[in-house]
Amino acid sequence: MTQLQNTYARPRPQLAFTRVCALTEIPDQLGVCALVGGQQVAVFRLGAQVYALGNRDPFTGANVISRGLTGSYGERLKVVSPLLKHGFDLETGLSLDKPEVALPTYPVRLEGGDVWIGLPD
Amino acid sequence: MPPIPPIALPADPTCPPRRVVVIGNGMVGHRFVESLTPSAFAVTVISEEPRLAYDRVHLSAHFDEPRPDLALATEAGYAALGVKVVYGRAEHVDREAKTVTVRGQTETTLEYDALVFASGSSPFVPPVPGKNAPGCFVYRTLEDLEAIRAGALKSRVGVVIGGGLLGLEAAGALRKLGLETHVVEFAAQLMPAQLDEGGGAVLRGIIEELGIGVHTAKATSEITVEGGQVTGLAFSDGTHLAADLVVFSAGIRPRDDLARACGLATGERGGIVIDDGCATSDPAVYAVGECALHAGRIYGLVAPGYQMARVLAARLSGEDSSFTGADLSTKLKLLGVEVASFGDAKGATPGSRALSLTDNVRGTYKKLTLSEDGTTVLGGLLVGDSSAYGDLLDLTLSQTVLTVPPETLIVPLLPGVAAAPANALICSCEGVRASTLIDAVQGGVCDVAGLKKCTLAGTGCGGCVPQLHDLLGAELLRLGKAVDRSLCEHFVHSRQELFDLIRVHGHQTWNAVLAAHGTGQGCEVCKPAVGSILASLYNEYILKPAHAPLQDTNDAYLANIQKNGTYSVMPRVAGGEITPGKLIVLGEVARKYDLYCKITGGQRIDLLGARLEQLPAIWRELVEAGFESGHAYGKSLRTVKSCVGDTWCRYGVQDSTSLAIQLELRYRGLRSPHKLKGGVSGCTRECAETRGKDFGVIATEQGWNLYVSGNGGVTPKHAVLLAEGLDTATLIKYLDRFLMYYVRTAGRLERTSTWLEKLPGGLDYLRGVIIDDALGLCTELEAAMQRHIGTYQDEWATTLADPDKLARFRSFVNADTPDPDIVFVEEREQRRPAYEHELPLLAMAGTD
Repeated sequence: MTQLQNTYARPRPQLAFTRVCALTEIPDQLGVCALVGGQQVAVFRLGAQVYALGNRDPFTGANVISRGLTGSYGERLKVVSPLLKHGFDLETGLSLDKPEVALPTYPVRLEGGDVWIGLPD
Repeated sequence: MPPIPPIALPADPTCPPRRVVVIGNGMVGHRFVESLTPSAFAVTVISEEPRLAYDRVHLSAHFDEPRPDLALATEAGYAALGVKVVYGRAEHVDREAKTVTVRGQTETTLEYDALVFASGSSPFVPPVPGKNAPGCFVYRTLEDLEAIRAGALKSRVGVVIGGGLLGLEAAGALRKLGLETHVVEFAAQLMPAQLDEGGGAVLRGIIEELGIGVHTAKATSEITVEGGQVTGLAFSDGTHLAADLVVFSAGIRPRDDLARACGLATGERGGIVIDDGCATSDPAVYAVGECALHAGRIYGLVAPGYQMARVLAARLSGEDSSFTGADLSTKLKLLGVEVASFGDAKGATPGSRALSLTDNVRGTYKKLTLSEDGTTVLGGLLVGDSSAYGDLLDLTLSQTVLTVPPETLIVPLLPGVAAAPANALICSCEGVRASTLIDAVQGGVCDVAGLKKCTLAGTGCGGCVPQLHDLLGAELLRLGKAVDRSLCEHFVHSRQELFDLIRVHGHQTWNAVLAAHGTGQGCEVCKPAVGSILASLYNEYILKPAHAPLQDTNDAYLANIQKNGTYSVMPRVAGGEITPGKLIVLGEVARKYDLYCKITGGQRIDLLGARLEQLPAIWRELVEAGFESGHAYGKSLRTVKSCVGDTWCRYGVQDSTSLAIQLELRYRGLRSPHKLKGGVSGCTRECAETRGKDFGVIATEQGWNLYVSGNGGVTPKHAVLLAEGLDTATLIKYLDRFLMYYVRTAGRLERTSTWLEKLPGGLDYLRGVIIDDALGLCTELEAAMQRHIGTYQDEWATTLADPDKLARFRSFVNADTPDPDIVFVEEREQRRPAYEHELPLLAMAGTD
């Protein structure tokens, strides 16, 4: 569950959105880490799409997901942790190696060239 | 024996699954559990050993380096099947109440509907005085092996009592531990159960040549002991053999004590009596494997045990299946010697005739037992070369009437004459024939793992796995299918093909390469591979916007990521030569940023523990002091290690340090399929250990000797001599060509050693390309290297000059704080990452 232009048209009363950076601050196909309400969020940009997931690699405990390589598997997109190369679905956060493991995902808003991340209020 | 009716499953699906308790988790017990349909049963396994099933057939491999994982089962795998494991010893069976009591850390009582003994066997220790003295061991479990390893540390001479199959395996283990090894056998020959006199004699010859003492027709009367430690064996003929370690491997005894205690029928000489359905005298209790006695026979091999396991699993599932005895044919490799026995190996059939070939030149023995008229093979023996085993076993079991003179079956083939096994038995453990495997390949299986999965071939003793590889390769070739060498799901090309495509088409960017040759969005495999190829070809700054997304984290941040997400910084110290001033700078930078310091094997200094946002500041100080990136993070040239050479050393004959610096500066930054390391030694004493490098140069009075394709790591390999007596200019010319040829033609992550191994034609071919210019490539290779040298840049300095790039070196895009989860503790006066178990303590200390 991530960036969709129409998501913020729907009311989501429990979410508070924080601006984290300009879209141009995220180079295409790469990620950055944002601090949102004390949580580390890895924010990736693939073309005009932006995805936000937890920055902590559950397999190693290190906050490195934002530094992972992005790519695709089949029809879906993934990010691969730089430490031990565990893959995660970019949209769902699900581990591609161990089904019971997943990264948290965060809703994203794009507004006037800025990237906003939503967190439960 | 009358046929036993299959046991019907409860017809009512609401019935709870039947509770099956398995005593023992050896190879056969595990195979039984695997063969059951898990959903239909509630299975509990009792394991006396502290670990689940492992491969006992290859036990001596436990002493190999690297140590292979012998495990057959894992707790996670069992959990996934819903199998429960209870660790401990089954101590009591109440057949009335249908319960088993297990003594582990606690006492557990398990209820069963079906109880399966898979308790295996225990080693037989002959009742000789001294058998329990320190220094005496048995050979059965991994714990036994660990005890032997510990004992071997204090020992010089080891003796195995028992010259059978297990005894020779144990002798192999002692030899691997570096002991002077002897084998003592009561019978007049080795492997008396399997071999005849002729086979035993040839086997003895081969084993003695390995340096193992063989003592046959020796009855051990006593283990001599002095001061509580074994000193040797005394034999009944009055002779003595000195030894400080003794391993008993004189046979096995079925573990039937618990079965006996609960009143099950057992054999006079041991073994739980079972029928063709593996049922004991109690129809709710079964036995499989080495603890079972079937038709008066104990089977000490794994294949019959597996057969019983399958029969029983089928029966419990309501299928009709019977164990009616097993073929004892077997093929083994003992101490590296191939030994096989099949059918009527020793000519027990009345009227049978023998045909044998003893070849003391090759060290082989082959014997066939033939029917009286000589037209059918009844069995045979093979020692030293068992390659014909599959075909001969096939002829034996199928009772084929021979169409060729029988002697041609055991005479070595003339070169150029192909053996034509129509449908050879490839895997005798699982009874898989070539036709089954070929069908699988034709059905779409394209790797050995797939063959194992769908045919089970190679999952028993594993002896046929090399044949599986050969068969697969041959069949794929025959089908016109390429063996799959695609880089990943996005590129069907190998790295080498992709390199040529990019070079020939002149693609400059990832987007161009992907659009022309790939699919999808790329991944962690193809992106760095393409990034590396582009860097090898054009040597552009790897963090240019077009290239940055291709780089793995080390290249992306020009430093080596560590387990807690911090990085290590390693400046170049070419040839390992450094001034006191620069050493002081390294020390000062390390002190300022509190970096952990370590001297590396490549004669450099590693500074560890830098946070992402600290990297540019650290580099700036280093670059200002005259350092540059050492490319420790890249799949590229790392270091050229050197000794002090004739500048200082009284033995040196050439200036190795200057050459090492020259080479390191020449090839620095060269992106390659894998890391590259070099070395230069100033004399043949080889203090720079250059033969463990991708390229090594050793000085002689006649000039430089150039060695290539060595490496350390998991499979160390010495570099091999490419050319000798070279002057410096020729040496550099050859090295330019060698490195560029490797960069162009190797597979992804293929070191120079494996690359050379796979190169058709090997070293001679490489010499042809590099020295004789057999492919006419040399000018091009040298020009490519010249281009690389001319376009070199220090990646740290380039990054420091680019504010856009520096913006990437922050822990957070929206905050200038460090990652609060990076926690260090102090050890030996430096920082290191805190271990997970240390974190709560630190948190508590922080609240004080």
